[in-house]
Order: sequence, then C-alpha cells, then structure tokens
Amino acid sequence: MDMMKKVPVREQDPKVRATNFDEVCLGYNMEEAQAEASRCLKCKNAQCVKGCPVAIHIPDFIKQVQEGNVEEAAKIIGLSSALPAICGRVCPQESQCEGKCIRGIKGEPVSIGKLERFVADWARENHVDPAQAGEPNGKKVAVIGSGPAGLTCAGDLAKMGYDVTIFEALHEPGGVLMYGIPEFRLPKEDVVLPEIENVKKLGVKLECNVVIGKSITVDQLLSDEGFDAVFIGSGAGLPKFMGIPGENANGVFSANEYLTRNNLMKAFRDDYDTPIVAGKKVAVVGGGNVAMDAARTALRLGAETHIVYRRSESELPARVEEVHHAKEEGIIFNLLTNPKEILVDDNGWVKGMVCVEMELGEPDASGRRRPVEKPDSEFTMDVDTVIMSLGTSPNPLISSTTEGLEINKWKCIVAEESNGQTTKEGVYAGGDAVTGAATVILAMEAGKAGAKGIDDYLSNK
Amino acid sequence: MYKILKAEKLADKIYLMDVEAPRIARYCEPGQFIISKIDDKGERIPLTICDYDREKGTITIVFQIVGASTERMAELQAGDVFEDFTGPLGCESEFVHEDLEELKNQKILFVAGGVGAAPVYPQVKWMREHGIDVDVIVGSKTKDMLILEEEMRAAAGNLYVTTDDGSYVRKGMVTDVIKDLVQNQGKKYDRCVAIGPMIMMKFVCLMTKELGIPTIVSMNPIMVDGTGMCGACRLTVGDEVKFACVDGPEFDGHLVNFDEAMKRQQMYRTEEGRAILKLREGKTHHGGCGHCGGEE
Ligand SMILES: Cc1cc2nc3c(=O)[nH]c(=O)nc-3n(C[C@H](O)[C@H](O)[C@H](O)COP(=O)(O)OP(=O)(O)OC[C@H]3O[C@@H](n4cnc5c(N)ncnc54)[C@H](O)[C@@H]3O)c2cc1C
Ligand SMILES: Cc1cc2nc3c(=O)[nH]c(=O)nc-3n(C[C@H](O)[C@H](O)[C@H](O)COP(=O)(O)OP(=O)(O)OC[C@H]3O[C@@H](n4cnc5c(N)ncnc54)[C@H](O)[C@@H]3O)c2cc1C
Ligand code: SF4
Ligand code: SF4
Ligand code: FES
Repeated sequence: MDMMKKVPVREQDPKVRATNFDEVCLGYNMEEAQAEASRCLKCKNAQCVKGCPVAIHIPDFIKQVQEGNVEEAAKIIGLSSALPAICGRVCPQESQCEGKCIRGIKGEPVSIGKLERFVADWARENHVDPAQAGEPNGKKVAVIGSGPAGLTCAGDLAKMGYDVTIFEALHEPGGVLMYGIPEFRLPKEDVVLPEIENVKKLGVKLECNVVIGKSITVDQLLSDEGFDAVFIGSGAGLPKFMGIPGENANGVFSANEYLTRNNLMKAFRDDYDTPIVAGKKVAVVGGGNVAMDAARTALRLGAETHIVYRRSESELPARVEEVHHAKEEGIIFNLLTNPKEILVDDNGWVKGMVCVEMELGEPDASGRRRPVEKPDSEFTMDVDTVIMSLGTSPNPLISSTTEGLEINKWKCIVAEESNGQTTKEGVYAGGDAVTGAATVILAMEAGKAGAKGIDDYLSNK
Repeated sequence: MYKILKAEKLADKIYLMDVEAPRIARYCEPGQFIISKIDDKGERIPLTICDYDREKGTITIVFQIVGASTERMAELQAGDVFEDFTGPLGCESEFVHEDLEELKNQKILFVAGGVGAAPVYPQVKWMREHGIDVDVIVGSKTKDMLILEEEMRAAAGNLYVTTDDGSYVRKGMVTDVIKDLVQNQGKKYDRCVAIGPMIMMKFVCLMTKELGIPTIVSMNPIMVDGTGMCGACRLTVGDEVKFACVDGPEFDGHLVNFDEAMKRQQMYRTEEGRAILKLREGKTHHGGCGHCGGEE
C-alpha cells in the first residue's frame, strides 16, 4: 500500500446513490481500518489531538485499532466524546483533527474520522455499553433541547448522578441530527437513535412536545417543577430569508422546511402523510453544508438541481467532501451568481429567478474578497423551486420569556465558554443557541462544559 | 401519548374532541393553538384551542375534514390516543393583556365563519367570564354545518346567526350581517375579531376597513413545526414578513396580504389529493390513473 495515501473508503456509486436516501459512505471494514491505522505515526506530540475540539486521544485509539482491540479503542474515544458515530461522519475533519495531522504534511492525513466511525459502529454492533449512570445525588436538572449539546450535557450529568429531564419541542429527539442532516449522510435508525438510546439508558428522562417559553418557561421549571438548574441547548433554528421580491411565492422554501419535511417527517417515503413539493428544476441559494444537504435531497427527489452562490468555489463554506460528493452526483454549481428577484406566475408559483453575475473585489471584514455585481449582467434562471439556505439564528422563544437572561446583538444567549454559565443564576447554555450555527462537535463540547458548570454550581450550593 | 376523552361529531364533517394534555391546559390562553399528530406516519396538524379545563387537564379541539389527515383524525374514538400533542403555541389574544376596565368600555364584535366558531368561542367565553358582553355573528354554509350555537348563546351578549343558503334564521353572509348591524341598527364597534376561512376574513376586513373598525384576524396557513423553525407559515403583514406560528396567529386584518396567504394555503392541493386517493383506495392505488401524477 501507498503510505502517503488514505486507504480509500467504499462509497455508493454516484449514479446509484443520486436516486436513493441510503448512506453514501459505506465505511471501513476491519481489514481496511487496520491498514489505515498503520499509517498513523503515533506521534508523541500529536498535533491531531490539538485539532480536535474535544481532544480525543487519537494516537492511542488508532493504536488499538491497528492491534485489533476495537473495544479498547471505543473506551478511549468514550473518555472524550459521547457521540463518536456521529462526529466520525459529520465533523469537518479537514479543518480539525486531520487538518493538523503530521502525515498530512507530505501525503494525505490519516483518515481519523473514518477510523472513529469504524470504532463507534463496531461498538454499537457488538453492544459495548459505553457508560454507567452515577449514584443518584437527588438533584434535578432540566435540559432544554435534544440536539448534540443537550444530549451530551444530559448524559454527562446522569453519569454524575443527577436526575435529568430533557424537554424537546419537536415530536422526536435529536435536533439538527434528526431534522436537518439527511439520512444519506447520517442514518437515523442505525446511528442517531442508538446514540439517543444510550443517553436514555443512563436514566435520562425525555419529554417531547414541550416548547419551553410556551408550554412552560425556564422560570417556571425552576420555581414550579423543582429543578435545581437548567441547561439551554435550544440551537439556532430560525431561518433567514433574503428579502427579495417574490420570496413568499409557492415553491420558495427555507432549507429548514425542505429538510424537515424530508428528514423528520419522512416525506420521501410514500407511507408517510407529510407532502413535499420536490420541484423539477431547483435552485438552492447558499453555499454551506445546509445548502449542500438541501441540494442533494432535491436531487434525490428527482430534480435538476443548482447551487447558486455569490462568491467563488474557494469561498464555499461547505465541507470539501460534501462539495465533492454533490458534484459527483450531478449538482450544477452556479457560482458568482446572486438572486435579485423571484418571478411568480398567476397562481402564485415560482416561474423563474432573476440573477446577476458577481465578481470578487477587495477583501471584506471576514478576509474574503467581497463579491460585487457585474454591471448589466442580469439573466433569468428557469427554475420552479427555490430553497433559501442563508443561515439561521437562535429562536427568541426562550430568551424573550426568561427573566434576566441576556442575549447579544445576534440574539445568541450570553454564556461563559468554560462552564456555560449565563447571566441568570442556575441557568446554563451552550451549542448553537450561544455561538450561532456552528458544528456538532462544538455543541457537544459546550454540553460537556455546561454539565461541569452545573455540577460545580450544585455541589457548592 | 395523549388520550382522547371525548369524541363527538358536531355537524357534517365537523368533530369535537377533548384530549388529555395537562401541560398544555395548565398555562394556555385564548388565541393559542396546538399541533397534533396521530401516529408515527401522521402529519403535524395545527388546531386552535377551543376550550380548556385546567383542573381536569384537558384541551378541547374542533376540526373540519378538509384533507387526508383530518379525515384520519375523524376516525379516532374516545379512548384512542394522539401520539403527539404540542402546545400551547402562538401568542395569546391581545386583550388577555389589556386593561380590563378599558376593555369593559369597548363595544366588541366577534365574527365567526364555519369551523371558525371554534376558535372564537374561547374568546367570547373569556369575555363573559370577565364581565364583558360582546356581539357575536356566526355564519355557516347551511343549517347542518352550524356548530356550538348553544354554547355561544350562553357566552355572548347578542348572538346573530346566518346561513349562506338561508336554511336557518337568516340568509346571507356574515358581511351582510355586519353591514346590517352598523348601518341599519345603529351599532358602533371599537373593534372586531374575525376568524374563519381566509376568504371570509378577507371580505370582513374589506368591510370593516370601510366602516373604520379595527379588526383582528387569526391566520391559519400551512405549518410544519409551529415553533419558528421552518418559515412555512410566513405571510406578509403590512410591509413585513411574519411567521404566523410565533408572531401570530392573530394579526391586524387590515394589514394582512390575504391574496398571497390564500395562494400559499393551496400549495399542497395536488399532493393532498394524492394522499386522499391513497387513503381511500389503500394498496390498490398505484398511481398512473392520470389524476394524481402517480407515485413519483
Ligand atoms: C442541514 C444541516 C447540516 C449540517 N451539517 C453539519 C455537518 O456536516 N457537520 C457539523 O459538524 N455540523 C453540521 N451542522 C451544524 C450542526 O448540526 C449544529 O451545529 C448542531 O446540531 C448544534 O447542536 P445544538 O445541540 O446546539 O442544537 P440543535 O441540534 O439545533 O438542537 C436544538 C434542539 O432544541 C430544540 N428546541 C429549540 N427550541 C426549543 C424550546 N423552546 N423548547 C424545547 N426544545 C427546543 C430543537 O427542536 C432541537 O431539537 C449542520 C446543520 C444543518 C442544519
Ligand atoms: C394556527 C392554526 C389554527 C387552526 N385551527 C383550526 C381549527 O380549530 N379547526 C380546523 O378545522 N382547522 C384549523 N386549522 C386548519 C387545519 O390545520 C387544517 O385544516 C389541517 O391542517 C388540514 O389537514 P389535512 O391533512 O386534513 O388537509 P391537507 O391535506 O393538509 O390540506 C387540505 C387542503 O385544505 C386546505 N386547507 C388548509 N387549511 C385550511 C383551512 N383552515 N380551511 C380550509 N382549507 C384549508 C389546504 O389548502 C390544503 O390544500 C388551523 C390552522 C392553523 C395554522
Ligand atoms: S471528534 Fe471530530 S475532530 Fe475530534 S477526532 Fe473525531 S472527527 Fe476529528
Ligand atoms: S498527527 Fe496524524 S500521524 Fe500523528 S498521531 Fe495524529 S493521526 Fe497519527
Ligand atoms: S410553522 Fe414552521 S416557522 Fe411557523
């Protein structure tokens, strides 16, 4: 084998997978995993660990994989991460662990994410029970939201002996893992649900269909329901629109709506009731992970799909792997293109989108070159569906109904990074609700920090 | 699981249910709604809270069969359960937070169309409980579709019933009654609350604007999550885009763009036709009949 190159991972053929919702990446088998593990230099001063937000002991677990001790590897990962099967799949490894890998200086970095995923999948299939609940200490904590931040915080607290209840607004737990990231990247039955089960096995109670701020407020949780502390992990779910003419036409969706109908409500399956307008020619506006997910979903529902993004390829915020997958599957990229207006027919449906060509000018505050309109470059794209994927912000439902909970100008909850402490006593927060839309692993880390913060607070109280 | 304690057919295609949901019954107020989901595969269906009992922990809903999911819901009996029942969602009606003394000095008109009588009822009842007599107009297509007449009569100051086809009390639309009350009977109103099909609310608003009566409407666009996460429920109010599920569902009717809202409500008509076909014909429906585009 070529030690400079990653052991290739098996994937579904692009032509086949473009028509189904099964997972694209098939993962390593034992043999492939061991071969890949042998590429790791087991560095003393392992840079990869510094790139991982939760500092998984990467060389240690990879060594165990190489020696065939997968159970041992799982335990090592379990010391730092609660959701390895998920992070192994969706972490932006190229800018985190793998981005720092010493192997990557001369050749390709070690496939840390794929190895982590292999270990986690193996542990699940072989029923390695990852953790035990702690001795009950009689203290009650409420966790709001069941995304990666909430799940991690709840799991950690249960391990310390707290009596934890998660309140989730939707009818299913998982947050973005369930409603946002599609099945073909993150299988729900096989990967997400077992991780949620693991948290429940620790004795964590889960109450769905409770919208905090509406069904009951944070203050009422503390005063009426006897919770000693609250962790807010409510994410950043509020979608943005462009504010251009025609945006309320039928056939214009937020990426959240399109993905929720398909992932959470399973509109792609005939035996579920919720409908989706798949579209024949779809334009997805935006260039992030969410845009790629929406585009690849539309493609699988049978549409000709375009990504419309106002900057150039090198500024695409989506993960490289996702852009690559999208291209392989036949998504058309209209870069340096910006929508100006959505054209609407007499029945209120989208009949086209007026766009303008862009070019890159001087760098802006973000350091990226600012796109500016090319004069007289207007043209009309022939599309019947437009999916807006322009980012999201935290929902004000909780902050506006909680006495003394401060938010910043982006509507994010103000909280200490080290322990999640907010401006209100006994209330902690973390994940996208605090940082704005970020990543699974950062939300998980914030959940951990929050659990520790709450433990410190309640232990000293 | 949320148990159905009572299931009753009120009129043709219109059903009432009492559902056990103590968390919702505890803090809900008039104007708010719930989202129900029958089972695993069901849609999330928004329905206004028509009544509540804080002691018993129950919520009353009234719904009309319009598509596949409401048809499926109508089959449920007392003892059956909803897998999911979320709420209360949306904002309370404005008056809940207003000064009671000022409210008592106002003349208020409620206008209900069809199944809209259900969401109007808790508001009228709230008024009665706070010592305020209001005028209520209830319109229905025909006598057999009129609902909650007795309950409404007990809660309202004056009740005016009308039917489109003249099969009961009087013939005419709710707008005819408003005009009659204001122009012929010399009534003056400080505000109007109109709830019913969008088309009715649109015409009520055109009329009350002419008559100079500020009017609140309750919008019922298509929704998915009901928490502000998807934007499916967005509508234009004045020159702003609002999400009905979190900013509403009640809005200043004179500012709502009804034409846009009505078009948006039609979005899934073909899809819903499909769902009904599938439901009616079960496994024998394989598409290709030319009516529904088949199974894509
Ligand atoms: C389509 C998509 C693709 C993505 N792809 C990637 C990727 O490839 N890699 C990556 O690392 N990250 C990705 N992300 C980002 C990542 O998913 C998020 O950063 C992460 O899920 C945030 O976790 P969280 O726990 O803070 O919030 P969320 O996952 O958003 O969970 C919040 C939960 O709280 C619930 N909630 C909200 N308000 C209330 C309330 N008032 N009461 C009760 N419950 C409430 C919500 O329903 C939700 O379940 C993606 C995001 C999206 C949308
Ligand atoms: C905040 C809110 C409160 C509501 N309160 C009530 C209530 O108290 N009682 C009640 O019966 N309904 C109420 N509705 C409407 C109700 O949610 C819909 O009728 C229901 O979702 C239809 O589901 P379905 O699957 O049976 O039909 P679908 O298959 O979803 O839709 C069938 C067709 O009916 C049309 N439609 C949707 N809503 C309505 C409507 N309200 N009136 C006429 N046509 C409609 C749509 O255009 C669609 O094409 C409310 C809606 C909202 C958003
Ligand atoms: S958690 Fe993410 S960043 Fe850390 S090692 Fe795993 S894939 Fe890399
Ligand atoms: S930096 Fe790369 S080679 Fe070194 S220990 Fe980490 S994964 Fe292995
Ligand atoms: S229903 Fe999704 S935002 Fe209102």
